[in-house]
Amino acid sequence: MHLKPFALSALQLATSGGRRYHLWMGSLTLLMLVGAYAYSVQLRYGLGVTGMNDHVSWGLYISNFTFLVGLAAAAMMLVLPAYILHDVDFSRAVLMAEAVAVAALVMCLAFVVVDIGNPLSGWHLIPGIGYLNWPRSLLAWDVLVLNGYLLLNLAIPFYILYSRFSGRQPSKKRYLPWMYVAVMWAVSIHLVTAFLLAGLPARPFWNTALLGPRFLASAFTAGPAFVILLLGLIRKETTYVISEGAFSKLALITTVAAQINLVMLGSELFYKFYSPTHHGINARYLFFGLDGHNALVPWIWTAIALNTVATVALMIHPIRRSHRWLMMACAVLFVGIWVEKGIGLVVPGFVPSPLGEIVEYTPSLVELGVTAGVWALGMFVLTVLVRVALPIELGEVRSPYIQEERVERIVRPRGTRPQRRDDRPVRTR
Amino acid sequence: MSAERPQDTPNGAAESTVLGKRVDRRRALSVLIGGMAAAAGAASACSPLSAMTDEEKEAKRLAWREYIKGNYRTMTEAERAETIARLEHLAKVKQGTDVTIQSTGAQPGVVFGYAFNISKCQGFRSCVEACINENNLDRRAATQYIRIFEMEDGVIDLDHADATFQHEVPAEGHFYLGTQCFQCADPPCVKVCPVGATWQEPDGITVVDYDWCIGCRYCMAACPYWARRFNWSAPEVPAAEVNPNQHYLGNRARKVGVVEKCTFCIHRTRQGRLPACVEACPTGARVFGNLLDPKSEIRWVLANKRVFRLRRI
Ligand code: SF4
Repeated sequence: MHLKPFALSALQLATSGGRRYHLWMGSLTLLMLVGAYAYSVQLRYGLGVTGMNDHVSWGLYISNFTFLVGLAAAAMMLVLPAYILHDVDFSRAVLMAEAVAVAALVMCLAFVVVDIGNPLSGWHLIPGIGYLNWPRSLLAWDVLVLNGYLLLNLAIPFYILYSRFSGRQPSKKRYLPWMYVAVMWAVSIHLVTAFLLAGLPARPFWNTALLGPRFLASAFTAGPAFVILLLGLIRKETTYVISEGAFSKLALITTVAAQINLVMLGSELFYKFYSPTHHGINARYLFFGLDGHNALVPWIWTAIALNTVATVALMIHPIRRSHRWLMMACAVLFVGIWVEKGIGLVVPGFVPSPLGEIVEYTPSLVELGVTAGVWALGMFVLTVLVRVALPIELGEVRSPYIQEERVERIVRPRGTRPQRRDDRPVRTR
Repeated sequence: MSAERPQDTPNGAAESTVLGKRVDRRRALSVLIGGMAAAAGAASACSPLSAMTDEEKEAKRLAWREYIKGNYRTMTEAERAETIARLEHLAKVKQGTDVTIQSTGAQPGVVFGYAFNISKCQGFRSCVEACINENNLDRRAATQYIRIFEMEDGVIDLDHADATFQHEVPAEGHFYLGTQCFQCADPPCVKVCPVGATWQEPDGITVVDYDWCIGCRYCMAACPYWARRFNWSAPEVPAAEVNPNQHYLGNRARKVGVVEKCTFCIHRTRQGRLPACVEACPTGARVFGNLLDPKSEIRWVLANKRVFRLRRI
């Protein structure tokens, strides 16, 4: 068994790096400590220390949650072209995408935990000792699909990396079926999360058939945009080669999804404002403000401006092909969607209340601290995963127990072009 | 406006089959307890067990038993009696109050309904006051179950109504409409709860098991009448003002991080009394009764007055 050396190598990889690496991990740790402190305050005094209230009963936490579910889903859906269409250029991007999915899921679950008023009763959700109201409650569905998705996304890369680590070629027969399942599952986590909101007739702002598709479109925009940023960073900070092909394909996916996303936003706006009804009142609050209450107006218009500018920019070929500009456009797009689909989606659902009362929401310092801490946790997890996965995938780190000659045949010297998968020696028994 | 009329067969039946398979929670939890005991051991380093008085130890033990208890619906009668005894004891230890917690079940042949007369209400809000006192509502956060909306004559338009009016009532050219939980027939809040901590009783009252609620607030998002309240901080009721006549599913002490709501004063109405708001209203704007009793006042109102449902979805 190579399990122990695998764990040791992983630990060693995660804790070693240049000065900038340590600086980065150090800052993340600091932020996590800030978050932990803020959460301890929240635990002591209750959720009253946040900006939430009986009117706006979900805030920044759930906003980030809905956004991150999208990120997690989109990352996995990138796997499709890579493994199923045998696009080798993509394979490294895919491993990164899975790391992104795991990190995003960790953040999702953390945001749910910090949002819960009585986290110690969490065991009430466990079927058997507790009671999970499944299939009636969409939240019960979400609990199931998110945890299942996390398992899948941990198991598949682990199998692939562990095989490589032990000097074996991962067997497609074993992991490909699970990959299909995971891709399907990715769609489901995002749809379920959309239905969780769309299934509430009391909140007309969410109660629309378009919410699910819109969730998918925005996820497909923000997800690949994030992976592009990540790959760009890896390319800049490390010696790993990432092919142009991966970038251009991801950029194309991002561009198309961003366009679809804008079209859906447009039809939503038309539906709500061409012949306004009572049910459009939350949208009116979001986009134009109501009776002098307009906390979200600057946010949503900024988000729309960012989305539009970035989408147009991506449609211009020279911009999309230039690395600097591509990175910039992706960053802008990511932020734009984070606002549109986070705060801009969850909070207006509550303002005004079903009885027409307007109470606005501003996150408190504690809430911001916890949020920053959870994001730092996610980035920490992502960094560790990438740091460990890349050298193993590239064959630079191997189990010491593999026989010498087999290692030589598989290891590729640093800086050379990655071999096509088909050329790789297949292990014969 | 008339009450939402619960269905003839409330969810009671479906629920009991779902929750019907009883679990031996104590055995299942024993593993959990092992781990927790270790954690408790570590925690007790700060406050050594030996330094605690017997009373404190006893309170700790009771709190622990409370923590691992099950959903009210899956408890046997004996378990219900045990938890009630513990809760009463804890109230005594914590606040020095002598409370009586009932577990009176729904009476056969009873489905409660309520109607609100918008021609009579003058906006005094005596009902709000009575509700706060009767139901031990959090005084610090000024929690209120009932909302009285002041609207201009001519149109029911909640979007332009004022629920925070602070002037002499009744105001010229205005009328008043009260909202609270209407105990919907097919409650959207019940459907969405991931742990089944809120449900509709056979007499139409939707209740919350405060000790089973995990505080996700999904039910608050689902409620079309904004009838649910959350305990954002630990609720405070001065010991002298505590209403000792309590019900497990009603006005007993709530804790931080859980949801609560109007229960038609379940501790009173299941004993044949009127809800506090109805009793307190000086204008007689509130009518309450058993929808299944042809001789009840509510049935007379429904049959003889022009009534409507206040729909928000
Ligand atoms: S807040 Fe409590 S009662 Fe409401 S849905 Fe969540 S667990 Fe159920």
